[in-house]
Amino acid sequence: MTDERLLVLDSVTKRYGDMPAVRGIDLEIRAGEFVAIMGPSGCGKTTTLRMIAGLETPSDGEIRLHGQRMNEVKPWDRDTPLVWQSLALFPFMSVLKNVEFGLKSRGLAADERRDRALHWLERLRIAHYRDRKVDQLSGGERQRVALARALVTEPEILLLDEPMSALDAHLVVHMQAELKQLQEQLGITFCYVTHNQSEAFAMADRVVIMSDGLIQQIGTPREVYRAPATRFVAEFVGANNILPGRVRARANGIVEVETAFGTLRAAAEETSAPAVGGDVNLVVSADRVVLSTDETAAGNRLTGTVIGEEFVGAVVTLYLDIGDGTEFRVQTQQHALDALEFTRGTRLVAAWRPEHTFILPDA
Amino acid sequence: MNLDRVIGIGLRIYVGLALLLVFAPIITSFVYSFDANRYAAIPWGGFSTKWYAAAFSDPDVARGFRNTVIVALCSSVIATAIGFATAYTDYRYRFFGKNVYLALALLPPTIPVIILGLAMLVFLARIGLSGELHTVIICHVVYSIPFAMALIRLRLSQMDPDLEAAAWNLGADQWRTLREVILPFVLPAILSALFLTMAVSFDEYAIAWFVSGFNETLPVRILVLLQREVSPKVNAIGSIVFIISMSLVMLAQVALLARRPQRSPALAGRTAA
Repeated sequence: MTDERLLVLDSVTKRYGDMPAVRGIDLEIRAGEFVAIMGPSGCGKTTTLRMIAGLETPSDGEIRLHGQRMNEVKPWDRDTPLVWQSLALFPFMSVLKNVEFGLKSRGLAADERRDRALHWLERLRIAHYRDRKVDQLSGGERQRVALARALVTEPEILLLDEPMSALDAHLVVHMQAELKQLQEQLGITFCYVTHNQSEAFAMADRVVIMSDGLIQQIGTPREVYRAPATRFVAEFVGANNILPGRVRARANGIVEVETAFGTLRAAAEETSAPAVGGDVNLVVSADRVVLSTDETAAGNRLTGTVIGEEFVGAVVTLYLDIGDGTEFRVQTQQHALDALEFTRGTRLVAAWRPEHTFILPDA
Repeated sequence: MNLDRVIGIGLRIYVGLALLLVFAPIITSFVYSFDANRYAAIPWGGFSTKWYAAAFSDPDVARGFRNTVIVALCSSVIATAIGFATAYTDYRYRFFGKNVYLALALLPPTIPVIILGLAMLVFLARIGLSGELHTVIICHVVYSIPFAMALIRLRLSQMDPDLEAAAWNLGADQWRTLREVILPFVLPAILSALFLTMAVSFDEYAIAWFVSGFNETLPVRILVLLQREVSPKVNAIGSIVFIISMSLVMLAQVALLARRPQRSPALAGRTAA
């Protein structure tokens, strides 16, 4: 059996002068999985990726590939190809020469280089561009050249640094599906850095959320979305409402929390439930909330006035003012609102079930 | 009449006059180099190439020409190589005192050539290197490095900052990356720098006058000829020097422009597969 843990980052730190960019992170990446490292700019995600590629040397800690310490291995002595945000294709070379580059530096004979490069160009459906210069290609085509160039050595791990940031929105969705499919077919480990939640969630088996040089949470997209580990994650992952409060009582797996907007109930497992009297934050995912005018709706209830509305296709996001100017987001299908008459200023009831209220472990 | 048009025409006349002022002496010299008369005067004495023949048959001129070519070739190659190294250091590394390093590297052309020539004569004489052809080469290298460096530095600044790391990432070590990525990328600037530094050396007379001793270069020879007699031979030599250095400068331009990326996706066949 092959080693399950392909790549291990063991309390890895990177400092630039006195400025820490990455602060003692631990991360294990298994063979064949698709991991997305996500976070706002400056969170240390790209630095982490560059350390894996050997383009930066950790100030502290250890990076191991197959259990072998990699810290001092030069970038050209590793097989950790990177797909760059800028793509970084060689502008004076043809498409074919670009793809051959990695094989040439490994000393393969010209015939074999050409065959293998052509194989990858065909696989990515750009073989007919092989003699073009890179600047004669569209953004999507260049993207494929960059992928082919990185995959041509058939590495165990492929690193991707926001490779889609320069693509048009409609191409991104297309490319995501293709990239995910490619990864599954090849069985290569993908380590994908992005600030874009939908990209990460669409493709990754596991998501690593970083902020300020620290890992905030590692989990499947579902876990991260439904059970954020920290307030940062709850906010970063988007459509969450965060309500601070104090635990008033708990019984039968239900915790009652006193908030500024009334008493709300949350389902909590015994082990993770906070003590009575403790301060907590409640997380309510905007897409779990049902809107109505029914003041007696079951479960948790908040009333607020409509202050804004946002359409993205079939999905609508409504913003309610639930008092003191606190904004509460509700995300729902367009057709679910058909029966509801409202304009700006209309009072509506937002209701959701206690088991859809998540208690953040750290208050 | 429209004021813009008046200003437009005025500006054109102004530019025309400025160009005329710059080129009139050169054109005059060129025209009279083919004049059969001994002294430049109107009317023209008829077409003749005898002054060119006279110039070429003068052994001092021939020797000067040969010296100039050797100096220009050697100094341009050395200056471009050092210029590239300097520009690459600037591109690649950050170090303490880098601004001072850059200022020193760009300094020589800002020093009056008379002072530079005199200083070099004194220094090189002291270390026993004066009066030889390689003395002139050394001096011209020093003088033209900044030109080469400036051109190559400009080209490097247009390079995707990730390009070099991308080559390392694909298994090419630093030398291979230099050979296969950096050098091909800056090649147009290197060619341009070769031609430009060649032109700089070909024209340069002040420093060469100080340090060349008996190994006169062509511009120094012209100076000597002018001091002794006013011969139409000078017109002929001047015309040749002018044509050669203008050609070099134009080649330098062409080298830079020819490699501009060409955008013609519609032409390069989509049907090639």
